[in-house]
Amino acid sequence: MSMAAEPNELRDDVLNGLRLSRQLEKVWRTPSGLVGALMSVDHKVVGRRYILTAFAFLLLGGILAILMRVQLAGPEKTFLSADKYNQIFTMHGSTMMFLFAVPVMEAFAVYLVPLMVGTRNIAFPRLNAFSYWMFLFGGCFLWISFALNVGPDVGWFAYVPLSSLQYTPTKRPDVWAQMITFTEVAALAVSVEIVVTVFKLRAPGMTLDRIPLFVWAMLVTSFLVMFAMPSVMVASTSLILDRLVNTRFYDSSSGGHPLLWQHLFWFFGHPEVYIIFIPGTGMVSAILATFARRPVIGYPVVILSLIATGFLSFGLWVHHMFVTGLPQLGAGLFTASSMLIAVPSGLQIFCWLATLWDGRPVYRTPLLFVIGFIVIFVLGGLSGVMVASVPIDTQVHDTYFVVAHFHYVLIGGAVFPLVGAVYYWFPKIAGRMLSERLGRWNFWLAFIGFNVAFFPMHILGLIGMPRRVYTYTADMDWAHLNLLSSGGALIFALSFALLLVNVIYSLRKGELAGDNPWNASTLEWATSSPPPPQNFDRIPVVKHRDPLWADNESLPVVAGLSAERREVLLTSLAEAEPQIREASPEPSIWPLLAAIATTVFFIGSIFTPWAVLWGTPPMAVTLIGWFWPAGSKEDEE
Amino acid sequence: MPVWVRLFLVLCTSWSLAGCAGRQSTLDPQGLQSEQILHTLFIFLAVAAIVWVAVVIVLGVGMVRRKRLADQPLDLHQPFEERTGRVILGLGVITTVIVLGLSFVSYAGQRTVFAKDENALTLKIIGHQWWWEVRYEADSPHQSFVTANEIRIPTGQPVKVELESADVIHSFWVPSLTGKMDLITGQKNELQFTAKNAGVYRGQCAEFCGLQHAHMAFTVIALPPDEFARWREHENQSANSPADQLGKQGEALFRARGCALCHNINGTMAGGQLGPDLTHIGSRTTIAAGTLPNTPATLGAWIADPQHIKPGNLMPKMPLQSDEMIAILHYLEQLK
Amino acid sequence: MRQTIVRNVAELPTYGYGPRSGPWWGAMGFMALEGMGFAIAVGAYLYLYAVNPTWPIGASPPDLWPGTAEVALYLLSIIPNEYTNRVAHRQDLAKVRICLVVMAAIGIALLVLRGFEFAHLNTRWDNSAYGSIVWLILGLHTTHLATDVGDTVVLAVLMFTRHAKPRRFSDVTDNVFYWNFVVLAWLPLYVLLDWVPRL
Repeated sequence: MSMAAEPNELRDDVLNGLRLSRQLEKVWRTPSGLVGALMSVDHKVVGRRYILTAFAFLLLGGILAILMRVQLAGPEKTFLSADKYNQIFTMHGSTMMFLFAVPVMEAFAVYLVPLMVGTRNIAFPRLNAFSYWMFLFGGCFLWISFALNVGPDVGWFAYVPLSSLQYTPTKRPDVWAQMITFTEVAALAVSVEIVVTVFKLRAPGMTLDRIPLFVWAMLVTSFLVMFAMPSVMVASTSLILDRLVNTRFYDSSSGGHPLLWQHLFWFFGHPEVYIIFIPGTGMVSAILATFARRPVIGYPVVILSLIATGFLSFGLWVHHMFVTGLPQLGAGLFTASSMLIAVPSGLQIFCWLATLWDGRPVYRTPLLFVIGFIVIFVLGGLSGVMVASVPIDTQVHDTYFVVAHFHYVLIGGAVFPLVGAVYYWFPKIAGRMLSERLGRWNFWLAFIGFNVAFFPMHILGLIGMPRRVYTYTADMDWAHLNLLSSGGALIFALSFALLLVNVIYSLRKGELAGDNPWNASTLEWATSSPPPPQNFDRIPVVKHRDPLWADNESLPVVAGLSAERREVLLTSLAEAEPQIREASPEPSIWPLLAAIATTVFFIGSIFTPWAVLWGTPPMAVTLIGWFWPAGSKEDEE
Repeated sequence: MPVWVRLFLVLCTSWSLAGCAGRQSTLDPQGLQSEQILHTLFIFLAVAAIVWVAVVIVLGVGMVRRKRLADQPLDLHQPFEERTGRVILGLGVITTVIVLGLSFVSYAGQRTVFAKDENALTLKIIGHQWWWEVRYEADSPHQSFVTANEIRIPTGQPVKVELESADVIHSFWVPSLTGKMDLITGQKNELQFTAKNAGVYRGQCAEFCGLQHAHMAFTVIALPPDEFARWREHENQSANSPADQLGKQGEALFRARGCALCHNINGTMAGGQLGPDLTHIGSRTTIAAGTLPNTPATLGAWIADPQHIKPGNLMPKMPLQSDEMIAILHYLEQLK
Repeated sequence: MRQTIVRNVAELPTYGYGPRSGPWWGAMGFMALEGMGFAIAVGAYLYLYAVNPTWPIGASPPDLWPGTAEVALYLLSIIPNEYTNRVAHRQDLAKVRICLVVMAAIGIALLVLRGFEFAHLNTRWDNSAYGSIVWLILGLHTTHLATDVGDTVVLAVLMFTRHAKPRRFSDVTDNVFYWNFVVLAWLPLYVLLDWVPRL
């Protein structure tokens, strides 16, 4: 079984310096030209595309938000029709949740996790490429439908029976449901890749208690995706079946039940919040350690909190259904379980506060966003505790109070860390620093704009404004606060415009970053910025939780991997002991072809059930093409 | 109630009380249930405010307090950790105690809010896209009647509403009286509340129910018990016969122009069941599910072009001559 | 940053079996999420079972023989499947070829049986929510069965070509592993579909 390297194989123990770099680059680079680009399986290339695409959807979703705020800025405005407004709020929610928030977090993981664990590529790189294409096609499918006036208009959780064929006889809900399938396939694929990358591709010596906190966060997130998303896939598939072939899952006259939908959706939908938030906490931990100039206090506490949050997040979906007429005692228990999740979240916050307290903070833009995160997220978490209470929820459920709450949690808990992460990791990805001056403006506009936009919504909800109304009458007296909120939204939007300007400007004119501009501690900073195709010339050996702080003079490495074909080092699960030199796939066009075949299948099957018949063979062919050995040397070992 | 809570209340209610459409605010409780909920809400709000301020203070102090010199090497040995660990775990325990305490507060509030009274006045509310059918059902059929978008209840007496949906999911919400409850297709829900004070309370559908979800409001009018009894007695009766020639003409047109296909008017030939019952439309305060106040002008505008005012609703635009319109309006106004 | 070589891994193997290898963990991950899919579908079945006063709705329970025959065949298939695992570990190409052909034949036989099972469900997908969930669950499992049969066939063909190199034996063992999942998933589904309606 043991297959030692061939004696005449070129390995990285006989090459050195520039010659080694050049040789590895030749082996690992993405082929040139358009076809080459389409074949890329480099996690950095795919990750960059993923990040850019997700931000493009953020831009689109943000424009929708501004349109809504214009419509609601005053009473009885006719800027948008009811029909357009309903499409727009559905598109905004669906885009932000499924095409921005989850994908952007996975995108950062795709780019960063392999670097942070010290390997050359993500596990299953072709699946990774496939995942990106599915995400892209699913997003385009949704937005092209919207452009054709077939944008979903039933809300981002598409409650039945409103979304059933009887009450929405257009294709709009099908578009929504199938977009879910696209993005879930993409997200599930990435999750499996991340889990295997973290389990098996860690650098030698990176034992479980030396894994960076961001990587831990992405690991927990990946498990959440794997256990939450099947639920929404069952839901969306059964919805499509109800609409296409007359199944009766949600038809209360034939034994179905509308609440089955809500259970299935929220069993996914609540963990979804943590799928978005936990990566944010990972970013916070990474940024905080670097700029507080000390490791995060309570490393094991943070990890246990992440895991506890993950488990608890599956036990509180019912708090989205407190006003559906559930048994009272049951609802009361879900109040307790929902509030209990404040404990692990609180523990993490305490660890971060202690880190900042004990550290010597350097106030650069990423840290500003982390501080903004703490201020905003804690408020959102506390309004979450209020919403978890059954009696309070009966009043605030489906009002602007809840809208305020989840924007505080999602924007505060995920977008602020994310923008901080952009400032933090942009130098690694682009090789240049973002402008600090613009960064500060960016932060203050975002912080002020956000609070002006969303704080008034708490009050609006309490004084009776339900969510998802396209207009309201003047005598409701919601006008002033709505106008204020709309103004805040504009300022908030401006902060993102500034981020865009900063990125474009800095790509050309930014200060060169160098390997480790922040003097950070984790492995992604041990290579050049941007990293070469092979990530590291030699795989690092980890002897400390903060390897670059423990020894910033020299990097211990392993040698002996092939320098003439793609090879990664597999290590053992707990102790990260080297086990196998495993081949890593070459670039391939098949993932793209498979994604195209799958797209045809998915889109076809909202129009006719026969798509299952004619759509399957092309998929099968592309998958066989994907896995069939290409005859290259690595496959023939 | 602490001063800051009062200040907050004043600040918030100053917006909500001025409305002439009726009160629609959690912060303006006029019922037993809404009062209890607000009480629970304030306990939570107080705890939340204290926690948030504490976190921000610790954050602020942590940021500005004097630090060691920046050129000192990174400290990887973490002597601080053990003591800090105890503090963090202590705070974790405190957090647990707080959330468990709040859970009990919440459950106590929940029990009060959802307490059932067997002697409650029962009415049935059926949600439609996008209006509310209100059925006062009594043991004998001639004590039962149907109305729409306006609910009158006696003060001081528990009211039980049975909630059903004719189509999609809606949610019944009168924040000044109590929290909301969904109307779910194929399921019967119920909600009990008691109005403490007489008044007009606005309610609105709170679950997105399609195109005109924004225009699915209703009014709850709480009346002193004797006044309520009189109203109920009156509502039981069939519609007034038109008193004059124009009204009679209107009644005839109501049938001839197809209105009667969808609308019911008790005691007449009009027996349609698709739209709201109009037996006593003249005495209702709003039309089109709280979209407009009920005046001859607005009613005329509504009949002339319902799709302009509330696009997508089931009522078609009827081609009416102006004299026909005047007659129909005259007739409907008399249906007090 | 200066690099110091502290270890040489040139002597490590280039592939491995089971938890040592990457694809094994990938298969594990997909089984976890697909298993969750089954669990959710079972949950949906039980929910509908709980909210409906009569079950099955407007139909008699499925005929027992197809599902029962499948259980028998699935359980028996574990024997050749495990044997496949052993000969793959021994890298015995001739036996692996025979085994893969046998396993593919068993899979195809099960697909045929599955066709009978659909025909003997005694309800259509559009009869009632009962019919819908039964068809969904059976369809979900059939997708897994068909996928694995397809995989087995492709792998069998592969092992008859020049690509039948040692590292492919690891793929064979992963396929064995996945088949066990398909078998294991069927047992509770069989109880649910065929016996719960008879309660």
